[in-house]
Amino acid sequence: MAEPYVELKSVSKYFGSVVALKDVSFDVRPGEVHCLLGDNGAGKSTLIKTLSGVYTPDEGEIRVQGKPTRFASPADTRDSGIATVYQDLALVPLMSVARNFFLGREPMRKFGPISQFDADFANRTAYDEMSAMGIQLRDPEQPVGTLSGGERQCLAIARAVYFGAKVLILDEPTSALGVHQASVVLKLIVQSKARGIGVIFISHNVHHAYVVGDRFTLLKRGRSTGTYAKGEITRDQLLNLMAGGKELVDLEQELAKSARNGPA
Amino acid sequence: MLSEIRDERVRSVSRLSRLLSRPELGAAAGTVLVFVFFAITAGNTGLFSAKGIVNFLEVSAQLGILAAPVALLMIAGEFDLSVGSMIGFAGILIAIPSVFWGWPIWLSLLFTFAVCGGIGALNGLAVVRTGLPSFIVTLGSLFMLRGLTLGLTRGISGRTQVSGVHELAQNDPLNSLFSGQVLSGPIAWLANLGLIGKRADGMPAISGIPVSIVWWIVLTLACTWLLTRSRFGNWIFAAGGEANAARNLGVPVARTKITLFVMTALAAALFAAIQVLVTGSADTLRGTQKEFEAIIAVVIGGTLLTGGYGSAIGAMFGALIFGVVQMGIFYTGIDTDWFKLFMGAMMVIAVLFNSYVRNRAMRSR
Repeated sequence: MAEPYVELKSVSKYFGSVVALKDVSFDVRPGEVHCLLGDNGAGKSTLIKTLSGVYTPDEGEIRVQGKPTRFASPADTRDSGIATVYQDLALVPLMSVARNFFLGREPMRKFGPISQFDADFANRTAYDEMSAMGIQLRDPEQPVGTLSGGERQCLAIARAVYFGAKVLILDEPTSALGVHQASVVLKLIVQSKARGIGVIFISHNVHHAYVVGDRFTLLKRGRSTGTYAKGEITRDQLLNLMAGGKELVDLEQELAKSARNGPA
Repeated sequence: MLSEIRDERVRSVSRLSRLLSRPELGAAAGTVLVFVFFAITAGNTGLFSAKGIVNFLEVSAQLGILAAPVALLMIAGEFDLSVGSMIGFAGILIAIPSVFWGWPIWLSLLFTFAVCGGIGALNGLAVVRTGLPSFIVTLGSLFMLRGLTLGLTRGISGRTQVSGVHELAQNDPLNSLFSGQVLSGPIAWLANLGLIGKRADGMPAISGIPVSIVWWIVLTLACTWLLTRSRFGNWIFAAGGEANAARNLGVPVARTKITLFVMTALAAALFAAIQVLVTGSADTLRGTQKEFEAIIAVVIGGTLLTGGYGSAIGAMFGALIFGVVQMGIFYTGIDTDWFKLFMGAMMVIAVLFNSYVRNRAMRSR
């Protein structure tokens, strides 16, 4: 099995008296999908932000390709091949797909002393990179606002991959999407994996995670309840491990009881 | 290999409907309408004679010089309400050192551009540092600059007007850059061919194209190039469209906005330089309400008040409409009091039309 590209070892993070993460270990290898599951407030966001260089851990260490690393900034993290695709996707809806693809890293072409935005290259590259992810654009100059949710995810992912991401951190990429668009995004995840990219898939939807995940790590109140390979755990076990599993059963029983007793 | 993902609900979009989602469309259509209207009502009054054309182009050019950079600033999501006061202030900065302190005109001009650029940078810094709406920050500058202009002028000259610039500027190396005419030769030639009317004394009706018109065209082209073909243009759209996303991608949003505030201030200084050198005097009230006229031209030109979408070519059409209507009303003999009513209504219609076009652009999949 390949060496992990990035690795958190017994990481803890505190905010004043709040223990946001305690002794969490997590890693992702090239070409695998590692799902990070947990309820709201379980520490998923803190873990992502630690991985993407927004927070520095108070205890424990981060290793990139086996070497202990301290990220100075999110830009520093991005330079070491770890790209985070946040829920807002960092897209500008009124700008074209190609211009969004290259925003902040515009390809330039020299005409004598003048260098100008190479629109042809940008259009072609955006189109090709998105079709490599399995999405056929109608027109690379169409505004991003006209894309569907899944296509926007594809743009953000293709952009990260094009600019050298080895690990993709996807923050709840399916949560705001309908059934069809969510399946588009799941396909994108599989596609990225096939290209040898390590994907960290953050979700609280076990159904989505189980379809594409190779390994699953559950966070509960800042602690890891363990990492499981797909063969070691069923979807139902995973569901029960999540906070919602037991609580939904309790709620069900409670409702059944109150129905028997009639209205109070 | 997974199957390709295609949206089955796609229909092909015609060239026409793509054209219909361009920001300049409304302004271009409006320009045609206005021309047709005045061709019918003022066709034989001389509005479309060589003299008349130069007259309305000169009005349009002055506004257009402001409107092009104001368009870029508004696309970046900010307003500059201080450009009008900046015109008055810059005019005084050109006139007073030359008339009262004996500076050569070229030095006063350089001094004025430097000071105005500096104030523009301060406007920009105040906006990005405080995070306050630029509407409020530059509303402050509007009043402060007008007050400063009045105070300084009355303090130094005892009056609110400074004249006598003509005599000083006559042999100045920079004079012809702002007040001259170009293409006198070709115009005389066209007049001899009978294509341009002649005055009673046999001279052509116009002796050349005012240099302000050249500035207008050059500035509009430069701003259009910046917006659509440069890296900076990408940053302008991103800063106005989704500043947070732009920042996350490493776009220097603050620097982009400050640069644009400097550009609008420099445009105001250019406006003042042309006005002072053409008329030979400066007045503390010059430029009053120009900030609003520039915004009207930009909005008619298809730029969204909320930023992120628009064009400099559109602003040029907006300024052209402004000039044609202003001079057209004059030539048709309609009471000029009605001009502002017309422009105000035109702007409201333009805003409604723009949001329709924008929604259309976002729908046209």
